Amino acid sequence: MSRLRVLWRTTAVRLSALYLLLFTLCALLLVIYVTAMSQRLLANQTREAVAAEVDQIEAIYDRTGVAGVLRTLERRARQPGANLYVIASPTGEILAGNVAWLEPGLLDAEGWTSRPFLYQRYSEESGDKHLALAEVVELPNGLHVLVGRDLQEPQKFGGLVRHALMVALGIMGVGALVIWFVIGRNALSRIDRMSHATTRIMAGDLSQRLPVNGSGDEFDRLSESLNAMLERIEKLNEGLRQVSDNIAHDLKTPLTRLRNRAEAALAQGASESDYRASLEDTITESDQLIRTFNALLMISRVEAGSAVAEMSPVDLSQSVEDCVELYEPLAEEQSLTLRGEAAPAVVIQGNRELIGQALGNLIDNAIKYAAGAADPEIRVTMAARADAIVISVSDHGPGIPADKREAVLQRFVRLDESRSKPGTGLGLSLVVAVMELHGGTLELSETTPDGGLTVSMIFPQNS
Amino acid sequence: MVAHMKILIVEDDLEAAAYLTKAFREAGIVCDHASDGESGLFMARENSYDVLVVDRMLPRRDGLSLISELRAGGIHTPVLILSALGQVDDRVTGLRAGGDDYLPKPYAFNELLARVEVLGRRKGRPEQDMVYRVGDLELDRLSHTVRRQGREIPLQPREFRLLEYLMKNAGQVVTRTMLLENVWDYHFDPQTNVIDVHVSRLRGKIEKDFDTPLLRTVRGAGYMIKDEGRAEA
Repeated sequence: MSRLRVLWRTTAVRLSALYLLLFTLCALLLVIYVTAMSQRLLANQTREAVAAEVDQIEAIYDRTGVAGVLRTLERRARQPGANLYVIASPTGEILAGNVAWLEPGLLDAEGWTSRPFLYQRYSEESGDKHLALAEVVELPNGLHVLVGRDLQEPQKFGGLVRHALMVALGIMGVGALVIWFVIGRNALSRIDRMSHATTRIMAGDLSQRLPVNGSGDEFDRLSESLNAMLERIEKLNEGLRQVSDNIAHDLKTPLTRLRNRAEAALAQGASESDYRASLEDTITESDQLIRTFNALLMISRVEAGSAVAEMSPVDLSQSVEDCVELYEPLAEEQSLTLRGEAAPAVVIQGNRELIGQALGNLIDNAIKYAAGAADPEIRVTMAARADAIVISVSDHGPGIPADKREAVLQRFVRLDESRSKPGTGLGLSLVVAVMELHGGTLELSETTPDGGLTVSMIFPQNS
Repeated sequence: MVAHMKILIVEDDLEAAAYLTKAFREAGIVCDHASDGESGLFMARENSYDVLVVDRMLPRRDGLSLISELRAGGIHTPVLILSALGQVDDRVTGLRAGGDDYLPKPYAFNELLARVEVLGRRKGRPEQDMVYRVGDLELDRLSHTVRRQGREIPLQPREFRLLEYLMKNAGQVVTRTMLLENVWDYHFDPQTNVIDVHVSRLRGKIEKDFDTPLLRTVRGAGYMIKDEGRAEA
């Protein structure tokens, strides 16, 4: 019962019910109209035939008198399927014709009988009465003549039309009901499947997806867009979870260190200069914490997308030049040479700040890790591919083993070899997030077969 | 020598406000405090301040609407926005609302002080000075030349802009982030000492062959260009 109620609530079912109702109404009107029209047509034919015959009889009377009329009618009355003919006395007595019995009083008035009447022929058994229409004329000698036509044929015909229409209507009605039921059931079962999936998702299983049957209909399209939305939510949720995990693991450690240091300073607290040194350390440590915290927030906001996305045309060539120029003295200080080769005036839609920061992070990394390498050259190159613009930062440092390249893109992942260097472990994660924001990717490879690291930012063209 | 600067802090965290007020007073800046947006707006209208330091999230009226309201009323006192929202887009909305500078929390007091001083001095300093002079150092903004004791010092374009910004704010502390913002137009945290390297390179060029140092490193804050000789005189 409740299933039916649910079925009734679906739009498809409601609409088809409405259509069914309208259709039935129209069909009924059609039946009534068609039968009325055909009846009218047949009645007119009857009247015309009868009227013609009455005219003839009057003409015959004029030419040959009563005898001629009698002869003619006798002859006609004997023909098979003949009309009704009655000649009656002025008092209403039937004198001649092919009718054995008539409804009384019919012969009294001249003209058309006001309504179909019952009669009985001679040849038929008594009780077998039929309906007919007739016209009565009074001959100049006072005799009454009735000419009429049986209505059985027209009535049979009308009945046939009505019957055929009703059968056709019935078939259509049943068909509509069947279609309605099938559509409704189908819609209902699909909605059921969708709501089951939704329930599981609400229960916390974000990996669930709504069913898609590939037909591309409105249900499929709805499922597909909801699935895309779920994908996005799952990703954001995952990001959020990662951030909270990271906060738990990587921010608590320095916080603990901070606290221990303050505690130790209080406990030992020798001279004012000791206090001062401890406080300065504390500030340095908290600055580092703030830095990490900012970087984390920045990454998750970039990953969340639109929040940071003040997109405008960015001259990538200018960005490369600016960053190389910014970091060049730093490289020189480490006895490295930083060289930039930018193709002129390549402009994409993007966020200049974020691209600059990402590129800065890559150059900064290269300087940090390539310091002391045999080949001191760090190159920032820019190449236009058919479908993308690639900015690469190549160094000749120790590089990253192929199997660890995936891992270093994650938050807080620092290889053992790099733990001694300063940094938050968030630099590359930010670059990845920035690239995702621009619809691009980040690729790590070796600079030469012997090693070194090349990090490539791949911006899809026309992004 | 320096007329006392007068500023208004609009900040709802009373402890932070008390700390700021005390620190600014110690730095020689007269400091008023308002603890919500409405009274901040009222005080900024009724008094003449050199700089307003406005927290972005305030009770009764938020910081951005306070600034828009002031600007709509024709008051153009420089405003520095403080905010816990520190990212690029927040900065942009802050400056669009009529703020002149934006500092994300948490910040070092020295950073705030340096920025407030630069904002406060901006009023009196004619922007159209074509030649900046600090001691015997001379920077011509029109011909893009730098001379010391009459001798021309060749500088790279970026070094020129760096020196230009330092000299424009001569006698005031300029922090590393201020330099990155104003000379490179980037607002991120450079993490490493990139700016220091640029400054020391510039220092090498303008001080190497001369006796008196001009470009000082201010510990825990940033840099300041100043004619030491004259200051002592």
